[in-house]
Amino acid sequence: MILDFLFKPSFERGVHPPQFKETGRTPIRRMPFASRYTLPLSQSVGRAAKPIVTVGQEVLRGQPIAETAGYVSVPLHSPVTGIVEDIGLHPTLSGEWQESIVIRAFEGASQEVLYGDPVDVDALTPEQIINAVQATGMVGLGGAAFPTHAKLAAPKEWPIEHLLVNGCECEPFLTADHRMMVEWPQHLITGTKFAMKACGAKRALIGVEDNKPDAIAAIEKVLPDDGSITVHAVKTKYPQGAAEMLVKALLGREVPAGARSYQIGVVMQNVGTLAELGRLIPRGQGFIERVVTIAGPGVSKPGNYLVPIGTPLRFVLEQAGAPRDAVEVILGGPMMGAAIASLDVPVTKAISGILVFDRSAMQKERGKTHPCIKCGECVNVCPKGLNPSTLGMLAAKREYDLMAERYHLDGCFECGCCSYVCPSNIPLVQQFRVAKEIVRERQAA
Amino acid sequence: MDRSPYVTESPSVSVIMLKVMLALVPGIVAYVWMFGSGVLISLALASVTALVAEAAMLKVRSRPVMPFLLDGSAMVTAWLLALALPPLAPWWLIVVGTLFAIVVAKQLYGGLGYNPFNPAMVGYAVLLISFPVLMTQWPAPLAIAGAKLSFMDQWNYIFNRVLPGGIGLDAISSATPLDTLKTQLRLQHSMESITSAPLFGQFGGKGGEVVAGAYLLGGLYMWQQRIITWHIPVAFLGALALMSGVAHVVNPEHYAGPLFHLFSGASMLCAFFIATDPISGPTTPRGKLIFAAAIGVLTWLVRVYGGYPDGVAFAVLLLNICVPLIDANTQPRVFGHPK
Repeated sequence: MILDFLFKPSFERGVHPPQFKETGRTPIRRMPFASRYTLPLSQSVGRAAKPIVTVGQEVLRGQPIAETAGYVSVPLHSPVTGIVEDIGLHPTLSGEWQESIVIRAFEGASQEVLYGDPVDVDALTPEQIINAVQATGMVGLGGAAFPTHAKLAAPKEWPIEHLLVNGCECEPFLTADHRMMVEWPQHLITGTKFAMKACGAKRALIGVEDNKPDAIAAIEKVLPDDGSITVHAVKTKYPQGAAEMLVKALLGREVPAGARSYQIGVVMQNVGTLAELGRLIPRGQGFIERVVTIAGPGVSKPGNYLVPIGTPLRFVLEQAGAPRDAVEVILGGPMMGAAIASLDVPVTKAISGILVFDRSAMQKERGKTHPCIKCGECVNVCPKGLNPSTLGMLAAKREYDLMAERYHLDGCFECGCCSYVCPSNIPLVQQFRVAKEIVRERQAA
Repeated sequence: MDRSPYVTESPSVSVIMLKVMLALVPGIVAYVWMFGSGVLISLALASVTALVAEAAMLKVRSRPVMPFLLDGSAMVTAWLLALALPPLAPWWLIVVGTLFAIVVAKQLYGGLGYNPFNPAMVGYAVLLISFPVLMTQWPAPLAIAGAKLSFMDQWNYIFNRVLPGGIGLDAISSATPLDTLKTQLRLQHSMESITSAPLFGQFGGKGGEVVAGAYLLGGLYMWQQRIITWHIPVAFLGALALMSGVAHVVNPEHYAGPLFHLFSGASMLCAFFIATDPISGPTTPRGKLIFAAAIGVLTWLVRVYGGYPDGVAFAVLLLNICVPLIDANTQPRVFGHPK
């Protein structure tokens, strides 16, 4: 459409936070190797993997070290050549201690990936692709960490029409997806073709926010001639990268409340996930390192780094030039991310960004809380059409059931737009998170 | 407690209130220019009363005093009430009105965020009903006044009800254009003869239209600063213009035109500063449109058919009552639910 230039497809409402995406202009760099790697056996939704190595065993970079434990479960591969030092409980990002494999890297060992089983990708059937995807250990890299193969295998009664590829990256600061699209467009297309074949989609639409014209141009150069894959500029607006919002922008359809996207014939994958699949499956390798944006006012060497899974967070921050006595560290973007308490935890598969803030700067941001003045700003920005003002007042009165039954609490996906605009600085998202948890517990009881 | 989002764009409530007060400054300047400096005394009186009353009530209610006092909301209420009252009214009238607004309409309902009625309009309505004569003693525009009072003269009049020798009340006061129009029309005077009197200006009352224009400017500033959205001013002024416009076209001899209504009385003050009070208004854009349009219609009805010269205060209060109903019926469609 001609008018696309003027009116980029999008969704209703939402916010426009400042971008802070300077890291999107510099290439992905490799992070140096640390001396020790800790790999929690559970890094995704689903069952934890089962170790297939023993303490004292030498492992090669890329070698499987834990196998799947059921269908919604993914294997683990060693990110380095080294020796298994321990298999036991170690602290993780969630704060819990989890069963993990610790590998001490051999200093001086070539860190080429020595382990791999190249496959003839054109001969693969959809089922074989899904198995191959599971074998890579791939999970959704956008942050959801749902095993990718399970998402590609939608129930048979719902035929898949469209594969939507999410390259919005609408969170401020984060540019990992951006760089992967710019640097690895060929891998992205290869991965997209695998995913289309696996889920049975005839068409794939890649949605990219229009603040990344270089990514769109890079992808356009390598699109297949048959027109089965297309790339679309969508409006730069938060939370454009939320699955439902991108479906709305690209297809003009809403996923009915309570339904899954496959029920309207849609499967969505993150661009990073597919680019990695396009890189790994032909070589028959496992997922052992990922692109992570490290940024924020607290780091002197911000950028996108290729970080081996299991690298200690403290080491990562040192490499990026964060001060030793740092700091406030946020995993993910500033809108939906979570602050972490300890740096003595490893990077896992779902970490797309590590942001370092100055503590004083963050406290200034917050300020004090006023009563709700019913200004309606939150109503004007909620992408789901909820009324956060009313929900917030009900939460304060602990009317959790009313919130769920009459005010569609379950529709909230915690994007944070309401808190972002609230002049009274009310922690709306936190209130809704608590309310949802309580409602869930009550329903389970 | 740690909490996302870690970035925010929102100005705090205090900043919003400060900007509202800043937006009122052009109107106040125009007021002083057109009607004399008495209004500054009312503003000061109302401000001091409001802050003292707010602090005392917070103390009585065992709430932290300073945080709430500094949010600026009491000052905004005080200013709006002061600007709505006749500036040469006796000091106690302003004090009583402000006390009612802050103590009863705001704090007894739970303070900032919990008042169902616009506090300034409650104060105004109470005074209008209780002291109708004092509430209609408006100063004549300086351009046509029989005598001009110095600041000290006005001070003396407000606090002691003493006018300098030789100056009568008639020389410095006049009926408002809205009032004049209503009474003269009832006396079967023609529209043209009424509006050609010196009290009337280009399209509203002399002086009053300049103040209204200044409020409009301040309102546009608030819109530009995103303190208010367009919905309430446009719906209110639109409804008022539509009602008066249709009536004017049907019978120009009996009904003043839209420009007169837009630039007379408290129209502009209401459109940008009073009806836009978020706390006592609806939260959704659609609700705001309905709310403000209804205020516009009611204001016109009171002005033309009612017993009071201006209808803004009663229209706003009546619609405040309807807010829960409006809110309940104007919730946005929830994503993924049928229309």
